[in-house]
Amino acid sequence: MVPLGRIIGGTLYPGLMLTAAFIYWSLRFLRFAVHIREVCVLTAPFFASNTTIVAYFFGKELWDSSAGLLAAAFIAICPGYISRSVAGSYDNEGVAIFALLLTFYLFVKAVNTGSLAWALASAFGYFYMVSAWGGYVFIINLIPLYVLVLLITGRYSMRLYVAYNSMYVLGMLLAMQIQFVGFQHVQSGEHMAAMGVFFVLQVFYFLDWVKYLLGDAKLFQAFLKITLTCTIVVGGLAFGVGMASGYISPWTGRFYSLLDPTYAKDHIPIIASVSEHQPTAWSSFMFDFHILLFLFPAGLYFCFKRLSDATIFIVMYGLTSMYFASVMVRLILVATPAVCLISAIAVSATIRNLTSLVRTKSKVVNTSSSKGAVSTKASSKASSDLSPPFGRNAAIALLLGAFYLLSKYVIHCTWVTSEAYSSPSIVLAARGAYGGRVIFDDYREAYYWLRQNTPPDAKVMSWWDYGYQITAMGNRTVIVDNNTWNNTHIATVGRAMSSYEDEAYEIMRSLDVDYVLVVFGGVTGYSSDDINKFLWMVRIGGGVFPVIKEPDYLVNGEYRVDKGAAPKMLNCLMYKLSYYRFGELTTEYGRPPGYDRARGVEIGNKDVKLEYLEEAYTTSNWIVRIYKVKPPSNRW
Amino acid sequence: METRFALLFFLSIALLSTPVFSDLVITKVDRKIDLTSHIVRISSTLKVENAGPDVVSQILLTFPEYQAKKLAYLTASSTEGKGKSKGSSANLPVEVVQPDGVPPALTFYSVSLPRGLGKGESLNLDIFGVLTHSLQPFPEEITQADVQLVLFQDSAHYLSPYEVKAQVLSIKLPSPRVESFTKIQNAKLVDSEIKYGPFENLPAFSYSPIIVHYENNRPFAVATELLREIEISHWGNVQITEHYKLEHGGARTKGGFSRIDYQARPHVRGASSFRRLMVKLPPRAHSVYFRDEIGNVSTSHLWADSRKTELEIEPRYPMFGGWKTFFTVGYGLPLHDYLFESDGKLFLNISFGSPIAEVVVDNLLVVLPEGSKDISVSVPFSVKQWEEVKYSHLDISGRPVVVLEKKNAVPEHNSHFQVYYKFTSFSMLREPLMLISGFFFLFVSCIIYMHADLSISKSSASYLAKLQWYEVQATVQKLHEIMVRCLTVHDKLEASLRDLSRTGDVQACKAMRKAADGLLKELSKDLKPLLVFLQSSPQAAQIYQKVEELVVKEKELQEKLMSKHTMVVEAYEKKSAGRELENRIAALQQKLTALRQEVDDLLDVIDEI
Repeated sequence: MVPLGRIIGGTLYPGLMLTAAFIYWSLRFLRFAVHIREVCVLTAPFFASNTTIVAYFFGKELWDSSAGLLAAAFIAICPGYISRSVAGSYDNEGVAIFALLLTFYLFVKAVNTGSLAWALASAFGYFYMVSAWGGYVFIINLIPLYVLVLLITGRYSMRLYVAYNSMYVLGMLLAMQIQFVGFQHVQSGEHMAAMGVFFVLQVFYFLDWVKYLLGDAKLFQAFLKITLTCTIVVGGLAFGVGMASGYISPWTGRFYSLLDPTYAKDHIPIIASVSEHQPTAWSSFMFDFHILLFLFPAGLYFCFKRLSDATIFIVMYGLTSMYFASVMVRLILVATPAVCLISAIAVSATIRNLTSLVRTKSKVVNTSSSKGAVSTKASSKASSDLSPPFGRNAAIALLLGAFYLLSKYVIHCTWVTSEAYSSPSIVLAARGAYGGRVIFDDYREAYYWLRQNTPPDAKVMSWWDYGYQITAMGNRTVIVDNNTWNNTHIATVGRAMSSYEDEAYEIMRSLDVDYVLVVFGGVTGYSSDDINKFLWMVRIGGGVFPVIKEPDYLVNGEYRVDKGAAPKMLNCLMYKLSYYRFGELTTEYGRPPGYDRARGVEIGNKDVKLEYLEEAYTTSNWIVRIYKVKPPSNRW
Repeated sequence: METRFALLFFLSIALLSTPVFSDLVITKVDRKIDLTSHIVRISSTLKVENAGPDVVSQILLTFPEYQAKKLAYLTASSTEGKGKSKGSSANLPVEVVQPDGVPPALTFYSVSLPRGLGKGESLNLDIFGVLTHSLQPFPEEITQADVQLVLFQDSAHYLSPYEVKAQVLSIKLPSPRVESFTKIQNAKLVDSEIKYGPFENLPAFSYSPIIVHYENNRPFAVATELLREIEISHWGNVQITEHYKLEHGGARTKGGFSRIDYQARPHVRGASSFRRLMVKLPPRAHSVYFRDEIGNVSTSHLWADSRKTELEIEPRYPMFGGWKTFFTVGYGLPLHDYLFESDGKLFLNISFGSPIAEVVVDNLLVVLPEGSKDISVSVPFSVKQWEEVKYSHLDISGRPVVVLEKKNAVPEHNSHFQVYYKFTSFSMLREPLMLISGFFFLFVSCIIYMHADLSISKSSASYLAKLQWYEVQATVQKLHEIMVRCLTVHDKLEASLRDLSRTGDVQACKAMRKAADGLLKELSKDLKPLLVFLQSSPQAAQIYQKVEELVVKEKELQEKLMSKHTMVVEAYEKKSAGRELENRIAALQQKLTALRQEVDDLLDVIDEI
């Protein structure tokens, strides 16, 4: 069967779907006649609003209620989070960030109170997180790290012991119920840190108990030495045996690439090729965080100034997630809550200090004005002695500056949200010659045409990027889609696209293809089209089928489509399908016909003849072109 | 096709021997066939005369079976008398009959006359029929660049069970471009009109097949299925949602679609296709939308004025022969334009068909509000009808739905129909009341939860500690209040001193002092039990230090203030405002300010507890 995807039941985090289904059924139960689609569209925004509530309580737990309020306000509009929580982004991250923050909040609460109830609640939060997103690995590594830091800094307490043990044991048992996670908590190297810390905590508690029983420092020292050596030897042996026997799986490449940004480039090119996995540029930090980026270090300063169990946690969360965010663009999302919380602490502390300065001055002024006439001179002298010069005015100026910055942040967030995250990616928008908005709705035009005017069992071949869209919007079977794990399959499509038409026809016949869909931006100047992705098709096709060689498509290592292009390039299927009858079209005034606006050149092969395929449909701006594969009987 | 015509021809010969139905004679027939769109409209004017002795009350109309199957609409109306004085032109009842001894290839419709036609009397009869799917594309498959040619077949002679004295037939075409037409005698093509006749004195059942093969590029828009949903809300809205399954019913396209050809010359290289449709919506239509299964369709335009609302919709792609699309058009209408009341019953009066001009197979839903009773429907033509239940927001028993199904509907069916039902205005308030009570109970349960004591064990240590803590909090709050009151007394004393310096009234100041002394004494009495409690309570150990400090500071402040007060009052009494005194007062004042500041800070700290 095509497309070859993974087994859905066993390789899926079910949290998002279960959540949406649960919301749907409860709304249905309350007699709200909603459609499941509406529920799915609004799941992410709904959970984003829950996140702001959690952020408030977290901030309150960390610092005070005004910091909580600020954190909620920050995270409500922070572009880094809005990017994944707009209506319609029905993605794991939509609910996962909520679950992440909730787990952290409940755990900090448990550490602060030492209450078993909070620890259990955090275990359930962790369970929800595990069911929703693979990012739970971050939690199961950060929390042990945090516990370790508390142990080292001498902040071990009974509260910590209760919180961590109950959270870890119950969370682990619950997480094993998720089929995709299974026994990873006891088998995978990524989860070993949590288990190690769990044992360390037991040893710590045991030592404490022995110390209490012995009551003699010298004896205890001796005992400590023996126990420590035993523990380390046993632990090391167990780990070594586990690793050697293969019971504990080693760290995955994903983990390595997080710790070492250069790892992916050398070892896993397919991860490196995805733009979301690139190291983050400064501009995107600025784009997603704006002033929070500057407030973050200030917040860290305040946290260090008032060090407590809770602030140590947020500092660690902030620093680690910030590091990961700089390694991979998409992990900005994980750092966003921490950045918002820490910045909120900075703003809250600053404003509190400034306003108290302003308020005390005014109080003195008030009391001095209410003094008796007898002592006016004396009192005025006294008050002037107390206040530093310009203190109050400086405080007011600083306050105004803070409000200016905050309002700038709001404006920036509104702008980013409206510009970058509010338009559907399937509808392209551009500015017309007179400044008007031009909409290119070509994708949906093509998909709807496929849906309505092709046989229901027709199979469509296209590059995998469009697989999901064709399946969902066009309601037709595709050969490869975004979830295809079989590399040979993708390579076969890449090979068909880069072969000559007759060779490609054989491949397409063997794949039972009825229609071929290509995306072409030559008329509109849309640059992420198939011609620009073509080298990837050649590379991936060539990776499996050595017949396809990348140098055949290049001229002196240069990729071009004009007259100087390689002959194989000018006659491969992708070129032909993209430029079929394009040579007759004048795209821009003052340019020769066949001028490709996406690449800014006149194409090299204007006389494209198709033998085995015929144009079935081309959208109004030529962005999507669909060809029908002729049946073989037509050839004779 | 040829064989069918041959068959028909033989049939018509066979028909000549069938019995004569009555002694009616049609003296004149004037038939006009309109072929300009893809819907065929035939209007005939008959002049009928009774030549027999008996009174006749029914007139039979005959259609060959191939036409009868495609007949969507048929009306007959009579105009009595002669000439232009057209009096009553009410529609006459028409029904299908099957007289004995006729072959099944003919379908008979019987028109009941308002009153019998006596001997020698005559009557004018207007017959109007609409045929769908009667234009057959030929060739059946064309390329994008070809024009669309269609065939139409009929009889040159008026098919009737009666003798016809004189008749003419004219066929109106959309353009003069005619491929061919059956040339019999008296046939001629003038401009875009073909004329057959006049023919005279033809016997009953005479039939002469003709075929017209001509160019027709009008939009062959066929809604293979249309679901119109009319939902009444008594809050003031009639919501109409129309789901169209639209198809180009003309010649099928072959050989693919070339965008560059279509783009360069759309009227030549795509003549048979159509791109947009006009939807004529009723006036005051609002919230209009045009969408399909994958979202909003961005190509549509809306014009509205006080008399009409016009929506121009453009499907996502141009429609070529055989291409299909599916879309939904929805709009709201003001309720008071369509809902009326008569005899204690409400009735909805709204048009039946689609606002787009084309052939449709119709399926109409009328959704009534929850709680409607005694539903009845009156439609001017026959429809299939049943009832369903639909669940919308906050419905418990569901909304009654009347489903009317009509196959083969044409724009002529766009007449009004009525749905009668009973509805009490109280039911209108049911859903808001449900919501209000739902929220009410939610809040009430929240309040109960917040106030209820849900501890399992009433004797556990933590529970008792919590109770004690609440007590401590209450005490601290009381203490805070007392302190604030003390401070206001201080302020009053200060004010009295200021008054003294202004007016010199020593007695008033002394009275004030006395009152303040009394008040402060009372307050300190109140303070004592609170302090004792705090001291004894283990929960308040941390707070107690602060509280104690506060009380001590306040005492000191009080003493200093009193001594200052005494000093100033004495000075006034002795009239000796010496420099020395002023210095002492200033020193005292400085201490007072500092103390007051400290007390304020402590109060703030305690307030936060």
